[in-house]
Amino acid sequence: MRSDSPLRHNPGSAQGLQRPGAQAEQWAAWLLAGPAVVLTWLMLLGPAAGVILLSLTDWTFGAPELNWIGLDNYREMWGDTAFWQSLRNTLAYVAFTVPTSVALGLAVALLIESGSSLKGLYRALFFLPVTSTLLAMALVFQFAFHPTVGIVNLALGALGLPTTDWLKNPDTALFSLGVIGIWQAVGLNMVLFLAGLKAIPKDLYEAAAIDGADSGWERFRRVTWPMLGPALVFVVTITAIRSFQVFDTVAVLTEGGPNKATSVLLYQMVQEGFSFLRSAYAAALTCIFLAFVLLLTWAQNRLLDRRAHYG
Amino acid sequence: MASVSIQGLRKSFGTTPVLRGVSLDIRDGEFLTLVGPSGCGKTTLLRILAGLDHADEGVLFIGDTPVDHLPPKRRDVAMVFQSYALYPYMSVRQNMALPLLMRRLSRLQRMPLMGRWLPGTRATLSDIDSTVAETAESLGLGSLLERRPAQLSGGQRQRVALGRAMVRQPSVFLMDEPLSNLDAKLRVSTRAEIAQLHRRLGTTFVYVTHDQVEAMTMSDRVAMMMDGEILQLASPQELYDDPNDLRVAEFIGTPKANTLPATLSHDVLRVANEVWPLHGLAKRETQLRIAVRPEWWSLGSTSERTSPAEGWIDGDVSHIELLGSETLVHVQSRGVDAVMVARVTPEAARGLMPGQRLRLRTRRALVFDAQGLRIRGVRWAGGRVCDVAPADAKGPAPAVFSA
Amino acid sequence: MADALYALRKTRRVRPWLFAGLRHALLASAGLLMIAPFILMVSISLKSPGEIFSPEFHLLPQQWHAWENYSTAFAKQPLLRYLANGLIVTAAIFLMQAIFALPCAYALAKLRWRGRETSFLFVLLGLLIPPQVPAIPLYIGLWKLGLLDSYSALILPSSISVFGIFLMRQFFRTVPDDLLHAARLDGMSEFGIVWRVMLPTAMPALVAFGLLSLVWNWNDFFWPLLVVQSQHLATPPLGVVFFNNAEAGTNYGPLMAAATVITAPLVIAFLVAQRWFIDGVTMTAVK
Repeated sequence: MRSDSPLRHNPGSAQGLQRPGAQAEQWAAWLLAGPAVVLTWLMLLGPAAGVILLSLTDWTFGAPELNWIGLDNYREMWGDTAFWQSLRNTLAYVAFTVPTSVALGLAVALLIESGSSLKGLYRALFFLPVTSTLLAMALVFQFAFHPTVGIVNLALGALGLPTTDWLKNPDTALFSLGVIGIWQAVGLNMVLFLAGLKAIPKDLYEAAAIDGADSGWERFRRVTWPMLGPALVFVVTITAIRSFQVFDTVAVLTEGGPNKATSVLLYQMVQEGFSFLRSAYAAALTCIFLAFVLLLTWAQNRLLDRRAHYG
Repeated sequence: MASVSIQGLRKSFGTTPVLRGVSLDIRDGEFLTLVGPSGCGKTTLLRILAGLDHADEGVLFIGDTPVDHLPPKRRDVAMVFQSYALYPYMSVRQNMALPLLMRRLSRLQRMPLMGRWLPGTRATLSDIDSTVAETAESLGLGSLLERRPAQLSGGQRQRVALGRAMVRQPSVFLMDEPLSNLDAKLRVSTRAEIAQLHRRLGTTFVYVTHDQVEAMTMSDRVAMMMDGEILQLASPQELYDDPNDLRVAEFIGTPKANTLPATLSHDVLRVANEVWPLHGLAKRETQLRIAVRPEWWSLGSTSERTSPAEGWIDGDVSHIELLGSETLVHVQSRGVDAVMVARVTPEAARGLMPGQRLRLRTRRALVFDAQGLRIRGVRWAGGRVCDVAPADAKGPAPAVFSA
Repeated sequence: MADALYALRKTRRVRPWLFAGLRHALLASAGLLMIAPFILMVSISLKSPGEIFSPEFHLLPQQWHAWENYSTAFAKQPLLRYLANGLIVTAAIFLMQAIFALPCAYALAKLRWRGRETSFLFVLLGLLIPPQVPAIPLYIGLWKLGLLDSYSALILPSSISVFGIFLMRQFFRTVPDDLLHAARLDGMSEFGIVWRVMLPTAMPALVAFGLLSLVWNWNDFFWPLLVVQSQHLATPPLGVVFFNNAEAGTNYGPLMAAATVITAPLVIAFLVAQRWFIDGVTMTAVK
């Protein structure tokens, strides 16, 4: 019937419509997929295009007129120290949180898989932060970071280590936010690595043992690490993209301060767009943000493709 | 090159016993197959030999060395896995070089990046390279050295797995059902290749399979296992002609040997309701099993007179399979539940139709007691032993080829 | 040396215990650090201001101030309202996502039609775009429609999930075609097929998606911050912020109490349905 019609190969062509029932299938498909496609354009693709277009204008929120100014917003951005600060902060945040949370996630996954007891308990312990409401927990961290009564400083003080007002000190504020980010990301990375580890066939380890690679280090180097390659690329990309999206903690705990030490891209975008009402400039910032995320995704694809030919 | 000695091996997984006191002596340079149905313990035995699992009790020697406490890499064995277990991210060359890398380079020399610069590393590496290249050539993999396993066919991957085992020139080759992932035709040609490889290398091969054809065609000796025990250890022909156990008789040989129930009372043996003239059975054996291989039957009519050196059974033809070189006749008899299969020449079965009534006659049979253990020395009424081929079998006496 | 250790390991005495002990020590201490914030949060919510600010730290309060903290929290802010909003919004969002995504995924996976490849391209494009990118134009649009500061503003933009479409399509592709042929021969319409044949088969994927959608939308702060001003519409994260602002900093006891209340639902849901959560994430990652 349909499945062995020779016209199968060209569903979109006029020939394809000559299949019995093809017309009905066409209508059915449009009815089923149509609303979703329309919504996708309405809520996602359209606005994304809109943002790009908006960034080329000078519109401010509520203004009666809209002028095309080409790349002027971007030129302004180029000279805007606040922008560079945001970008630097965001990149620093990503550079700090991604390697740490990925490495920790991997370490935890390896430790859990290396034994057989209490696996479920540990998995739950580490994954719990991922499901928690970040903001609520951020307030807990805020208290923990409190200079005098916060538990962090109490503990450090007891050990004789230096303490500071973690969130108000411009040198440590971003780093402290990073700690919160890492805290939430480790669990997710762990779960992804666990899946990757489970997918490694056991007999590879056995073959390696017979070949002579039976110490922990050799097993890791010769089997685990190479086999985790794709999972690693995936986890790094996901974590990096999520890191780029940092906003909640900045907005609530530090409000971009002190002295813009924690102002990140998205935060500046919200400020410009919704506090200062400079919608077009905010749109330009959004475009830069999008560009970085696309860059990360592209890099992931390239890396995965290169390794893909060992099914 | 080494012999292998296994004594009293026992192993249980949890409460399930998998090996129940297995002892086996494998001769230096022989091709020994462990054959049996799934779950019989053959793979477990192989893995214990390799060092991937530990026995609960028992002793293991490779050559003169007790190896129970040695890790796999120190036992001088190489293994070919059922799934080949090739490293997917390494080329064929790297796959085959790894065992040599691990052996010949010290830990310091193996360190990433820095190891290469240590004295002696370069020389060893090029040594390894040439060994790998040689072995690859001998297996016909010379042009595939830079490919990854995913780019190879099943048969090629299998040869890489073999090559990886060969480069180390181990004392013992272990093979875990290496042909099961190949298609039927490839299986037949690879069987021959492996057997030839064995002859060329002369190393001891321990081969595990559930396929009795592989066991029969490749081995010097076969150990048939069932339920964690070795039922019989013998050459393929011996296993075929002279099985110790009904289970062995039924497992080895295609089509399966026919099993007939028999009862002995007052010195009269009734096999499936017919009296067979067999003597020499102890009185206490009342329930017996008789096994007749398909090619031992000959066809006759029900009106013929029976001879004193023969067993027979009447039945109806249920099905005929024409294979060209031979014909398999399926016969259903009232006294036997299972359908019997007779293997005869096409001429002998010419004109035979399903539904016809005929008589199956045999001058050769294997006798087993109620527990399935073989009873030897049973004779026909004429005095001839019943379980060897009759001297006046069809055709002239075969030529004898002496070594 | 290695042989001796191997032998020891074989007799199951020294090595495995050492290793297992080390493993547990590391995992347990790291795990403790992971849940420390939760413990801290609950601990503070039970204490009086005097204890909170004292330089000594005890896990359990000397004097239980729980009732005061929690009742203050509930009095100062409509916490239950925030939780209810969370439920309403996430449920509505997931419902809409399912209603739109499932038929579309089915059409993409199993039907042949002109425009299929293009539509799938749109889905893939959508996957590349982080949710914050369309924010400004969406806001402007909602403003023009007068829908700001309403449930619609919270629900509409998330009503389409390209991730959901993608995930379900991948899953639907694995459903055997014969099942569909049989259904059609039985007279089922395409629409019927989606809900009566595909949905039951793809339940695990849908559940996984549902959990992810639930967690993401419950915890979303960015969008509610932009579009909601009124307290009665606040979702849990926004509610937390309102509370924080209202308290002006030092009333930590009730603040932590509020935080506990806000966090509790998801934590309990996770503890109850752990397996599903973790399996769900794993499944979607395998993509």
